[in-house]
Amino acid sequence: MSVAVARPRASWAEPVRLLAARTGTLGIVEMQKLRSDYTELFTRMVQPVLWLLVFGQIFSRIRAIPTGDLSYLAYLTPGILAQSALFVSIFYGIQIIWERDAGILTKVMVTPTPRAAIVMAKAFAAGLRGLAPVVVLVPVALLLGVGITLNPLKLIAAAIALMLSAGFFSCLSMAIGGVAQTRDRLMGIGQLMTMPLFFASNALYPIEIMPTWLQVISQVNPLTYLVNALRGLLVGAPANLWTDFAVLVGAAVLGIIGAASLMGKLVR
Amino acid sequence: MTAAAVECTGLVHRFGETVAVDHLDLRIQAGEVFGLLGPNGAGKTTTIRVLNTLLPVQEGSVRVFGLDVGRRATDVRRHLGYVPQQLSIEAALTGRQNVTWFARLFDVPRGERADRVDEVLDAMDLLAVADRRAGSYSGGMIRRLELAQALVNRPALLVLDEPTVGLDPIARAGVWERVRQMRTDYGMTVLLTTHYMEEADELCDTVALMHHGRLQTVGSPAELRAGIGPDATLEDVFRRYAGAGFDDHGTEGVRNVRRSRTTARKLG
Repeated sequence: MSVAVARPRASWAEPVRLLAARTGTLGIVEMQKLRSDYTELFTRMVQPVLWLLVFGQIFSRIRAIPTGDLSYLAYLTPGILAQSALFVSIFYGIQIIWERDAGILTKVMVTPTPRAAIVMAKAFAAGLRGLAPVVVLVPVALLLGVGITLNPLKLIAAAIALMLSAGFFSCLSMAIGGVAQTRDRLMGIGQLMTMPLFFASNALYPIEIMPTWLQVISQVNPLTYLVNALRGLLVGAPANLWTDFAVLVGAAVLGIIGAASLMGKLVR
Repeated sequence: MTAAAVECTGLVHRFGETVAVDHLDLRIQAGEVFGLLGPNGAGKTTTIRVLNTLLPVQEGSVRVFGLDVGRRATDVRRHLGYVPQQLSIEAALTGRQNVTWFARLFDVPRGERADRVDEVLDAMDLLAVADRRAGSYSGGMIRRLELAQALVNRPALLVLDEPTVGLDPIARAGVWERVRQMRTDYGMTVLLTTHYMEEADELCDTVALMHHGRLQTVGSPAELRAGIGPDATLEDVFRRYAGAGFDDHGTEGVRNVRRSRTTARKLG
C-alpha cells in the first residue's frame, strides 16, 4: 500500500504559471545577489569606456574605416555597447557550473521548478549586467560629441535589445557549460568564442569591407543584429528593426530551450 | 502492511558500462527514519539522485508516495525536502532571504510565507541572526539554515545526504536534535546517508546497507546487530557486508570523497 498523496495531473496552464512564478522568484534572487555587491558592476563599466576613449579616438583620427554619414565615434558607440553585453554574458556558464559544484543548482532542481525558469532568471541577470555599461558609456559618448538620441522609447527599445542579446549569449554559455561540465573547460571555450563572435560582426567596421567568408559568418552572428538595432535606435543609422528584433528574440528563445535541455546533464 | 513513502523495484542505473545501482528493491515506510549506508561508491548517492528526480529512471520502477518518479517528477518534487552534502547556501543573501526564496519555490502561500519562514528559522535557532548575511554563519549554522530551507514547505520526505559531514560533535547533535523535533512535529519520513555508524544506530528506525550497487541487508539497527553477535555494533555489520578492504569498484567514489572533503574543509 502507498500513501495516497498523489494529486490529479494539473491543467495545461500550470506549466506556464510555474515557469512565470519561478522565473520571477529566481530573478529576485539574482537581483538580491547583485545588490549585495556593486563592485562587479562598477568594474564592468571601465573597459567599454576605455574602448571608446582610446580605440575610438585613435581610429577616428586615422579615418581608415568608411562609416558613411556617421562619425567613427558615433559608429563605434553602439558596437562597444554590444561588445559589453557579449563580454558580460559569454562566461555566464561558469557561474552555473559553480552553483552546481556548490550544490545550489542541485537543490533548486529538486524543487518544482522548470529548468527553463532557472535559465531565464540567469539570462535576465545577464541582461541587467549587460545594461550596466550604458550608464557610463552613453554620458561619455555624449561628452565626446556623439549625437545619441534622448527619445525614451528608443532608449527603452535599445535596452530591450541589449538584454535580449545578453540573455542569448548567457544561454549559449550555459548550454556549453552543460556539455563542458567544468569551469576550466568552459573558460577555454568561452575565450575561443568571444573574439570570433566580436570580430565577425559589424561592431568595429562595416560588413561590406570584410572578406566574403567573414561576411557570411557575420550574417548569422546575432551580435551583428544587435549592433544594427542599437545603431538604428541610438544614432539614427539606417536599420531594419523588425528583422533585428526578430533575430534577437528568436536567438533568445532558441538559447533558452537549448540551455534548459542541457541543464540536466550538469547535475548527473 | 504499513504505507510506503518510497518503493524501488528492480532499480538499475548505469553510467556507461558501469552498473552503479544493480536491481535494487527498497521500501521505506511512511514516517520512519531510514538510513542508507555503504562505503564510497556503493550506489547510495545514485539511488538518492534517482528518487529525488535528478537522474532518470533507466530501468525498474521508483515511486514516492505513490507517484511515479519517471512520469510525475514535478509532483514528486513538491513532497521533497533535500539537503545535499555540499554547503549550498547563497552566502551573499541573509538567512531569511535564503529561506524565503525556497518558500516561494515551493508555493508557500503569500499570506503564510513570512510566518512559515520565521517558524522554521526559529525551530533551527536562527531567528536572532536571520537578517545577517549567511556568509557570516558558522558551519553548524549553515547546516541548520539548509535544514530550514528544506523544511519550509513541510515536506513529506526529507532527504539528507551526509548532512553532518565535517561538523563538530556539538553541531552534529544540534542538527539531529532538530531533525528529530521536526519529524515529531510534522510526521515526515526521513531518508539519510551517513558514514557515522553510531549516528545511524541512534537515529534510524531502519537501516539498509548497500555495496557494489546492491542491497546487502536491511532491518532495524537492533536486528542487524543481533544477526552478527551479542556485542556487535553497527560498524561490525558494516564490515561484514561492505568488507574491511579497500574498495576499487563504484562510479561515485572520487566525486563523493572530493565533495565530502571540500565540505569538511569549508567547515573547518
